[in-house]
Amino acid sequence: MSERYATPLNLKSGHVDLSHGSGGRAMAQLIDELFIKHFDNDLLRQHNDQALFNVPAGRLAISTDGHVISPLFFPGGDIGSLAVHGTLNDVAMSGAKPLYLAAGFILEEGLPLADLERIVISMAAAAKAAGTPIVTGDTKVVERGKGDGVFITTTGVGVVPEGVNISGDQARPGHAILVSGSIGDHGVAIMASRENLQFQTSIVSDSAALHGLVADLVATAPSALRCLRDPTRGGLATALNELAKQSCVGMVIDEAKILVKAEVKAACEILGLDPLYVANEGKLVCICDADAAEELLAAMRRHPLGRDAAIIGQVIEDPHGFVQMTTAFGGRRIVDWPVGEQLPRIC
Amino acid sequence: MKYIDEFRQHDVAQKLAQVIAQAVKPERHYRLMEFCGGHTHAIFRYGVQDLMPSNVEFIHGPGCPVCVLPTGRIDNAIQLVEQHDVILCTYADLMRVPGGGRQSLLKAKAADGDIRMVYSTQDALKIARDNPDRQVVFFAIGFETTTPPTAVAIKQAQSEGLGNFSVFCNHVLTPAAMRAILDAPEPVSIDGFLGPSHVSSVIGSKPYETFSEQYAKPIVIAGFEPLDVMQSALMLIRQLNDGRHEVENEYSRAVTRDGNVKAQALMAEVFELRPQFEWRGLGLIPNSALKLQAGFAYFDAEQRFEMPAIKANDVKGCECPAILRGAKKPQDCKLLGTVCTPENPMGSCMVSSEGACAAYWSYGRLRQG
Repeated sequence: MSERYATPLNLKSGHVDLSHGSGGRAMAQLIDELFIKHFDNDLLRQHNDQALFNVPAGRLAISTDGHVISPLFFPGGDIGSLAVHGTLNDVAMSGAKPLYLAAGFILEEGLPLADLERIVISMAAAAKAAGTPIVTGDTKVVERGKGDGVFITTTGVGVVPEGVNISGDQARPGHAILVSGSIGDHGVAIMASRENLQFQTSIVSDSAALHGLVADLVATAPSALRCLRDPTRGGLATALNELAKQSCVGMVIDEAKILVKAEVKAACEILGLDPLYVANEGKLVCICDADAAEELLAAMRRHPLGRDAAIIGQVIEDPHGFVQMTTAFGGRRIVDWPVGEQLPRIC
Repeated sequence: MKYIDEFRQHDVAQKLAQVIAQAVKPERHYRLMEFCGGHTHAIFRYGVQDLMPSNVEFIHGPGCPVCVLPTGRIDNAIQLVEQHDVILCTYADLMRVPGGGRQSLLKAKAADGDIRMVYSTQDALKIARDNPDRQVVFFAIGFETTTPPTAVAIKQAQSEGLGNFSVFCNHVLTPAAMRAILDAPEPVSIDGFLGPSHVSSVIGSKPYETFSEQYAKPIVIAGFEPLDVMQSALMLIRQLNDGRHEVENEYSRAVTRDGNVKAQALMAEVFELRPQFEWRGLGLIPNSALKLQAGFAYFDAEQRFEMPAIKANDVKGCECPAILRGAKKPQDCKLLGTVCTPENPMGSCMVSSEGACAAYWSYGRLRQG
């Protein structure tokens, strides 16, 4: 393919320039030698402005997510793998099996091509591991100073198995609340890698594709699953408040049941953050019928991404829609919506 | 977490709760002012009130630096950015505080003001070094805890000849606030104080001795962890039952009678008392705040830039002043939760997470529901 171009892309020391977004030969070369090379699949290779595929019968789920994380590379991932996981997870939280991804890149003039290649390779690997090819895309370049290296928007489409009806408005009093593992890992990993907040920690982001875990839950008790949500920005506290609001219910959770790794706790202590509000990229909240909770918990724990899962509380009737928590200390408090921005550009 | 988890233990809390329940006299009411926002935050965040007998009441005190800063000083800072084109460095919790014209640093930043959130005075110095062509002002705020780091930064700037760095000094003094509360024309009924923790690690427990003697109020220097708060409340209850009024130190793992003498010397070297300073809620208090000594005046933003005194302009109906004196509780304010929320704070007590209104609204309002 690349013999059409006079010289290959300089992936060692070259940079993104404005011609890479021009629609001309330089852009075609970037697409051929970088995106198509690594994302390689039949649909993409057709070089159309869209991907054409047959859809199975049933309901489709579609979701889109922009990724603007800083820094681009962080312990446990990078913007590429995150852009795949983030959208896959949003699709999967409907119970759907994700099928395909689309990706839009906004590149800043001056971005080292080596960085871009590293991101694209990581993205390709994440998509491959998840079994969801990136089948169409778009590339734009903005002038230096108008972007921050690279922003990636991904869109995912998936199909919801029959008999599954998962939605944020389905929580009812008596339902159980489960979380698939420790909270706050992603946010702390990002904070620790920011320049102005240098502290040593071995915490890595939990960024992961959760659709396999979701598939296991769907296989275990499809009709008992009520709500699924990945607690990303705003953390567990925000996810629970969103669900409580959507379903017009209250919740009571038990702080002692919520796993926070010691290092995450320590970092939050230093920075004055509450781990309940710190972002995750590889965890899910599941609200289900109480009588299926133990079975679903066991299914979660059998999956590598749900080993530390726990039942953390239950849905209650509450006209105020409060999420309240029994503190590990022995008192009670509200777990409110977050205020402002604990940390910008976390995903 | 070592040295943290020990002070948040469930089992110990339950035992302590039993001891407190046995210690209180059922026929009397105990009104204890927790001086610092750190205490208030701990009480609400951990649900300490649920472990206390119903006749022990916590009165939230003024020890939240963001909360007591008068709105005019925020307006001054915004003017520095808008009229003098400085880079303003500030701790993050000041960003959302509304000034007199409902403007905030956050809004000024969105309107292209160069305002940078920093984690320490060292960050501000670095910004000054990296931007030699710009004036960089550090918005210094806080009680005696944050004052020594500001002093260090000023001395560093002097020794480096960092001519583009200055400090907008708003450091205030804890004992003066305590005196103002006790000397108020209509003093709030307070039986005893949970005294400042971090502040006392700097100034020591000695400065409180005159209060306990002069005003016959017991004071227990209390740490910020929930068990510290409970233990200190127990010590106060015992003093009150015995008719004693002494300064006791629960937070002995960090506080000594004399405090951090080196930090005190540093503060004395760089700062001097202002004749008076306005506190939100408490009004003008003599000898309650610091400014830069003449020898360091070059680094004083109030000397370097024209900064007219701006009259405080509090929102009508906002009860922050009464709440900061302990005269009212957050739930007594009509604005709470209606027009004043953490997203859109009208008063300063709703801004800082250590403010009584924010703590009550974010953690405690289920008790009203």
